Amino acid sequence: MHEMSIASAVVNTAEKHAAGRRVAVVTMTTGALRQVVPASLDFYFEIVARGTLCEGARLEQRIVAARLRCEDCGHEWEPDVPAFRCPGCESAAVEFLGGNELEVESIEIEEEAACTAPR
Amino acid sequence: MHRTKVRVATDALDANDTIAAANRADFDRAGVKVVNLMSAPGAGKTTLLEYALSDGIDGVRVGVLEGDVQGRLDADRLSVLHVPVTQLNTDNGFGGECHLDANMVRSALPEIALDEIDMLLIENVGNLVCPAEFRVGEDARAMVASVAEGEDKPLKYPLMFRTCELVIVNKIDLLPYVDFDMEHFLANLDAVNPDAEHVLVSARTGEGVHLVRDWLSEVAAREASPA
Repeated sequence: MHEMSIASAVVNTAEKHAAGRRVAVVTMTTGALRQVVPASLDFYFEIVARGTLCEGARLEQRIVAARLRCEDCGHEWEPDVPAFRCPGCESAAVEFLGGNELEVESIEIEEEAACTAPR
Repeated sequence: MHRTKVRVATDALDANDTIAAANRADFDRAGVKVVNLMSAPGAGKTTLLEYALSDGIDGVRVGVLEGDVQGRLDADRLSVLHVPVTQLNTDNGFGGECHLDANMVRSALPEIALDEIDMLLIENVGNLVCPAEFRVGEDARAMVASVAEGEDKPLKYPLMFRTCELVIVNKIDLLPYVDFDMEHFLANLDAVNPDAEHVLVSARTGEGVHLVRDWLSEVAAREASPA
């Protein structure tokens, strides 16, 4: 949901860190628990990037599955349905190890190599 | 040409969260507690506010920020309660967005006399999906789920049900007429958000509405929370 405005935010963030240089790759983590459809984000990224330093850049999304850890019994699991009580001891004290991310991790920019050939 | 990797490590919704923090700072400075009230369209947010605010909340001066795509209908309904109400339309410069975000709420702040209220109730746009993603600087989130919507909704909209600390189950006066299994609904809610509190109300008959007022009083009395 809102992949277009998220794509805009991703392009803006990437441009800020590119400091005027062309962006070749944008790497981000997309958590399974966020309401984001990765293919939709790819689609909008390509469109929103046109005319910016990110035009033609590849968006690499690292999809992170939901992973929970029970703070009471230590059990870890990857829920495939939205159930957040510990399946082992029924505790509600769970920690999210993964699945909530929506982060731009890094970008790869293109730079002119300094010429080091001997004269 | 060679490539250099630059570490960014920035949340994609960082811009919204930064503005939410600025809103939070303004609210804290004025000593105002803020509740973000969400639900599907027609679940009964406005009717609930009409009932809950009609007698006021002891010792708490309440203001309302009404979020809708278009029109002043809700603000007009609430204005008869003699609480300050500000209408925020998302189609007025924000492209008709289906949810409120921190920027939109910030744009409405100049019209709200924060020093004349102790609590701001933000009635979000009716939508079970998007409002859950956007923090606006609130202290607490609550949602209204009506029995007419069905007991499967927590499983179908987990983010909304997970992000709220209070689920107000509304329209209980309709229970004899709808196929709604309360036990099933509460079990689904528990699976998705074991920490959520819930209350059973009818904003139409008034049954249980005092529980909502009690919760609002409790929020108003809390220590300032981090953004």
